[in-house]
Amino acid sequence: MSASEPTIPAAERRRAWRPFALALPALVLLLAVIGYPLLTIVVRSLSEPQWGLQNYVWFFSVPINLAVLQRTFVISAWVTLVCVVCAYPYAYLMTAVGPRVRLLLLLCVLIPFWVSGVVRTLSWVILLQDSGVINSILRSLGFGGVRLIRTQTGVVIGMAQVLLPFMILPLYSVMKGIDLKLVQAARSLGARPSRAFLTVYLPLSLPGVYAGAVIVFILALGFYITPALLGGPRSTMLSTLVQTQVLSLLQWGRGGAMGVVLLVTTFVLLALAAPVMRSRHRQAGRP
Amino acid sequence: MNPKAQNRGAAIDLEQVSKAYGAFKALDGVSLRIEPGEFMTLLGPSGSGKTTTLNVIAGFTDVTSGKLLVGEKSVVGVPAHKRNIGVVFQHYALFPHMTVDRNVAYPLRLRGVTGAERERRVRHALDMVKMADFGHRYPSELSGGQQQRVALARAIVFDPPLLLMDEPLGALDKKLREWLQLEIKRIHRELGTTFVYVTHDQEEALVLSDRIAVFNRGAIEQIGTGRELYDEPATLFVGKFVGDSTVLRGPAATSGGETAIEISGQKVATAKRLANGGKPVMLLRPEKLALARPGAGNDGRNRLTGRIGEAIYLGSGSKYEVDLADGSKAIVRSTLEAQSFAIGDEVDLLFAGSDVKLLADDDKADLTLT
Repeated sequence: MSASEPTIPAAERRRAWRPFALALPALVLLLAVIGYPLLTIVVRSLSEPQWGLQNYVWFFSVPINLAVLQRTFVISAWVTLVCVVCAYPYAYLMTAVGPRVRLLLLLCVLIPFWVSGVVRTLSWVILLQDSGVINSILRSLGFGGVRLIRTQTGVVIGMAQVLLPFMILPLYSVMKGIDLKLVQAARSLGARPSRAFLTVYLPLSLPGVYAGAVIVFILALGFYITPALLGGPRSTMLSTLVQTQVLSLLQWGRGGAMGVVLLVTTFVLLALAAPVMRSRHRQAGRP
Repeated sequence: MNPKAQNRGAAIDLEQVSKAYGAFKALDGVSLRIEPGEFMTLLGPSGSGKTTTLNVIAGFTDVTSGKLLVGEKSVVGVPAHKRNIGVVFQHYALFPHMTVDRNVAYPLRLRGVTGAERERRVRHALDMVKMADFGHRYPSELSGGQQQRVALARAIVFDPPLLLMDEPLGALDKKLREWLQLEIKRIHRELGTTFVYVTHDQEEALVLSDRIAVFNRGAIEQIGTGRELYDEPATLFVGKFVGDSTVLRGPAATSGGETAIEISGQKVATAKRLANGGKPVMLLRPEKLALARPGAGNDGRNRLTGRIGEAIYLGSGSKYEVDLADGSKAIVRSTLEAQSFAIGDEVDLLFAGSDVKLLADDDKADLTLT
C-alpha cells in the first residue's frame, strides 16, 4: 500500500455495516419466509418417499404433467400479451392528460387492486358463465352464445384483468420520462406520426414493456385461484396440479418436484430473454 | 447536390398571423417577411410570442388566422413532417437510443438516402459542426455543447431551405455560448440557408442576426438591424429591451418643435416632438451620458443632479448607476480616460438634447424582463 492511498479508519469501516443492519428485518423475513420453505421444498422433492430423483422421473414420464407445464407457459404468455396490448394505450393516455384525469385513471387501475382476488374472480364467473352478462348481451344482439367459462379464453381474460395494474404502472413510469420534444424532433426531420412513434417513442418505451412483461409473466405462472375457478379440466395450470398432489394425495415430494421444475424453467426462460431486454443504449440525462 | 450552393434559402412570409388559446392571444396579428438566406432573430421576453411564431413556422402549432408562406407557397395546414424545415431545440432533443451517426442519418433514412451517399452526407454534416470523431458515441456520452452541435448537424444534413432554432444555446455556459454563436454564424455563411433564431438574450441577437424582430405581448414591436434597434428604437419597450438605457419621465410640455420634461424641478429639453401624440418620455443610451463634479461650468447641455449608486469597473471602462433626485436610475458608461467616481459621490449628469430619444410612454414596457 502506497503512502498516498487513503486508509479507511476503523470507525468508518464499522459504519459501512449500518445499511446492512437497517436491512436486517427484511433479510430475516426473506430468508425465513421464502428461503427456508423453498429449501424444504427442494429437499422434500428429493427425499420423499425416499432419497432419489424418483419424483422428477415421475414428473417427466407422465405426459399430462408435461402438457400442463406447457399450457401454463402458453396461458401466461397470452396473459402477458393481452396485458401489453391493453396497458400500452392506457399508460400513454395517463401521460397525455391533465393531473385530475390522471388521478382518476390511476384510481381505476388501483381500486380493483384493493378488492380481494377471490371476489374479483367470482365476479368474472358471473360475467363469463353461459347464462352470464356477456352471453346475455351477445344473444340479445342476435349473436349466438360463446363458451367462455371453463375455457382457456376465460382464464386468460380473468388473469389479464387481475394482472393489468402490474403492466400499466411500470409502463407509465417509463413513458412519463420520455421527452415528447423527441417526437416533435422526429416529425420536423420528416417522420410521419406513425413512423415517429415506431422509431422514437416505441423503442424508448420498451424498458417499461419488458419490466411489466416480466412481472406479469412470472406472476401468471404461479396463478392458482383464477384458473381454478374460471378454467375447466382442459385449462388446468400447474399450480392446480401441485395442489392436487399435496392436499388431495399428500404427495409432498411430487408437488415439490413440480414447483422446482416450474421455478427452474422460469429462470431458464428469463436468462434466454435477458440479452434481448438489456437496453443497448445508455439513457441520456434529461434536461 | 452542391452543399456550397448559395442563396438557396427560402423566404418566409407571415401575414396577420394570430394564434389564440381560448381568450389568450399568444400571437396577435404578426406580420413578418424574412428574405431568402437571411439570419432573422425573434427576440423578446418569455411569453412574448417568439417561440409560438417558431412553432407556427415549423408546423407544431396551427394558426388561428392569417397567412403563412414558406418559399412563396402557403404551408397553412401542411403537417410538420412535410414542411422540410430543420429545427434545433433548446434541450437538443437527440434520440438517446441512437448513436450520433444514426441520429444524423435519421432524416436521410426517412428520405430514402442509402449506402455511400448517406454515409458521405452524415460525414459532411458532422465535419461542418466539428463532431466527425464522435459518430459512434451515444448522446449521453457527450457534453451539452457537443450534443447541440450534433443536433445542428442533424437539422442541416437533409439540406432544408430553412433552419429554425429555439434558444439553442440557452442551457450552455457563457464561454461555450459565445463560441457556438460564432460557429452558428460561420455555418450560416457556408450554407446560405435562411435561419430563424429565437432568443431572449439581446446580446446574442446583436451578435448573430442580419435583422431582429422584437416581440412583446404576442405582437412585433419593431423589425430592424441591431443598429437600427439600438439607435432608433420605435417604442419604449424596444429601447429598454435592446441595450442599456436611462428613461426620464415627468410632466412634459411641448411648444413648437421642442419638448421639455421636468424632473424634480429640473428642466430637460430636446428639439424634438412626438409625431403621433402620447405622453412623451426620454430615453438615453449609456454612452451618450457624461458625468461631472457638481457645479462645473455650464456648456449648454442638459444637466441633472444625482448620486453614484453603483460603480462597476469593466476593464474597457466603467459603468455607473446614478440615483436621480426623483428616484429613477441612470446608467452611464464612461471610457478609461474619463474621470472616475466612487459610490456616494454627488454628480451632475450631462447630455445633449440631440442625443435624447423621444418616445411615447408605455406602462407595459416596464414589465420585469427575463
